[in-house]
Amino acid sequence: MSETISKEQAFDQKLANGQVIEPKDWMPERYRNQLIRMMSQHAHSEVVGMLPEGNWITRAPSLERKLVLLAKVQDEAGHALYIYSATETLGVDRKELIDQLHEGKAKYSSIFNYPTLTWADMGAIGWLVDGAAIVNQTALAKCSYGPYSRAMIRICKEENFHNKQGYQILARMMQGTEVQKKMAQDAVNRWWWPSLMMFGPTDKDSPNSADLMKWKVKLHSNDDLRQRFIDRTVPQADAIGIKIPDPELKYNEKTRHYEFGQINWDEFYSVIRGNGPCNHERMKARTKAHKDGKWVREAVEAYAAKHFN
Amino acid sequence: MTKQEALVDFCLQIGDTSLIHGQRLAEWCGHAPILEEDIALTNISLDLIGQARMILTYAGQTENKHRDEDKLSFHRDAWDFRNVLIAELPNGDFAFTMGKIFLLGFYMKNLFTVLSNSKDPSLKAFAEKSLKEVIYHCRHAADWVIRLGDGTIESKERMQKALNELALYTDDLFEVSESEKILVQEKLIPSLADLKTNWSHDIAAVITQATLKLPQANNALRLGGKAGLHTEHLGHILSDMQFLQRAYPDAKW
Repeated sequence: MSETISKEQAFDQKLANGQVIEPKDWMPERYRNQLIRMMSQHAHSEVVGMLPEGNWITRAPSLERKLVLLAKVQDEAGHALYIYSATETLGVDRKELIDQLHEGKAKYSSIFNYPTLTWADMGAIGWLVDGAAIVNQTALAKCSYGPYSRAMIRICKEENFHNKQGYQILARMMQGTEVQKKMAQDAVNRWWWPSLMMFGPTDKDSPNSADLMKWKVKLHSNDDLRQRFIDRTVPQADAIGIKIPDPELKYNEKTRHYEFGQINWDEFYSVIRGNGPCNHERMKARTKAHKDGKWVREAVEAYAAKHFN
Repeated sequence: MTKQEALVDFCLQIGDTSLIHGQRLAEWCGHAPILEEDIALTNISLDLIGQARMILTYAGQTENKHRDEDKLSFHRDAWDFRNVLIAELPNGDFAFTMGKIFLLGFYMKNLFTVLSNSKDPSLKAFAEKSLKEVIYHCRHAADWVIRLGDGTIESKERMQKALNELALYTDDLFEVSESEKILVQEKLIPSLADLKTNWSHDIAAVITQATLKLPQANNALRLGGKAGLHTEHLGHILSDMQFLQRAYPDAKW
């Protein structure tokens, strides 16, 4: 018992000193489990996130756009692989985590349960969804768990590129024909509020936040990060003539922050519970890919057993 | 057909094959059997679309009719496409897709090896760059053909079935087009006479190692890709791929 206490004290001491926790270090089970939950959720989000954008690869309007979008979605697969590997350092394997996703036991970011209806959605996702992810992940890059922190540093670099290409898609459309402008505005109208929801519930309703902040996995509250995202995004919208679909949005000279309207949390919880426009389709696509690929994975194992044992 | 027209036509054969093959592989994105394959298939697709951009741009410049890579990709109808038929076939299962990359990859590898000695500097540069990429695609696909062929009973059956079905379209690869004849005659490109023998040799080695049977090509009526005579599939690929450009012809993206 006393040994456990001293281990826990040593762990707390490390955190207090701003040291990073590495896979072989002792850690409380709750710390480990919270990290597994968060990191696998993040990896699953990258995987499911391939689907809404994958929806437009074959229809990209130029070869250059096709190439960039393909590269972007490929990056997401790479991020998933990277984060799954980082999660495996906590003593679970990828297969187990993927099973949890398919069985509905693990979550992924709700944003991917919204449909991509026009090409402008590729712009809105890059600009708003990846923009929100960058704000979240830049904070996570300083988190206390070494493998996750390092994964975030690397991933943020690529996300910045995604963010720029998304913004550039919309900027170009806003200089284009009337229909293109309408398409761009329509996409932002649909993606703005779900993007704000990506930061999670408001602080008082965030069940895991207190522990995660204590362990320095989370360094900023959901509301702080959301505000940071809004503050950096609104001027970008102004610069290209996009209107943010929030009549209550206004700049407060005193606080130097934007004030914004009420987020529809009923919608947020409803999508989390599985009632979003695409929850069913996304999970169906993922489980189908997994099921259809079963014989391939079996063949890989059979071949390896014959030739490498 | 003038020498210039032949060069344009030949570039379209190559560019359209890379484009349509790449377009098909991109359909896998997010649906592969393992995450590593999502990455690999996308990578191959990226290479192919990159190749298409380079050679279609050159086709447009040689033609000199103000058609760039996008004009050529998005504003031609199926009968003007010059890709080989195998590229436009639907992906099928993972074995069928790997079979496509395998058979077409080794065709491209041998073709680009020949074109690396072209007297046309742009064609030569294109072939040298693309050859490096295609060698990797061949290696990747061959590894899978071997793994699946020598894996489980099911994977062996699937891989064999895929190769047998794809063999219906492999003579189309070696049908000599008019533009190929002219470019060889004009000595702009070296002879393509050994292409089929070299290709057959390459694929036979892999198929044997995969413990599979060499499929017999029997495809008298499945020819014509290079002449613009396609399968029913190409029209559907184009209606998908060209949608935005066709629906909003005034727009720049």
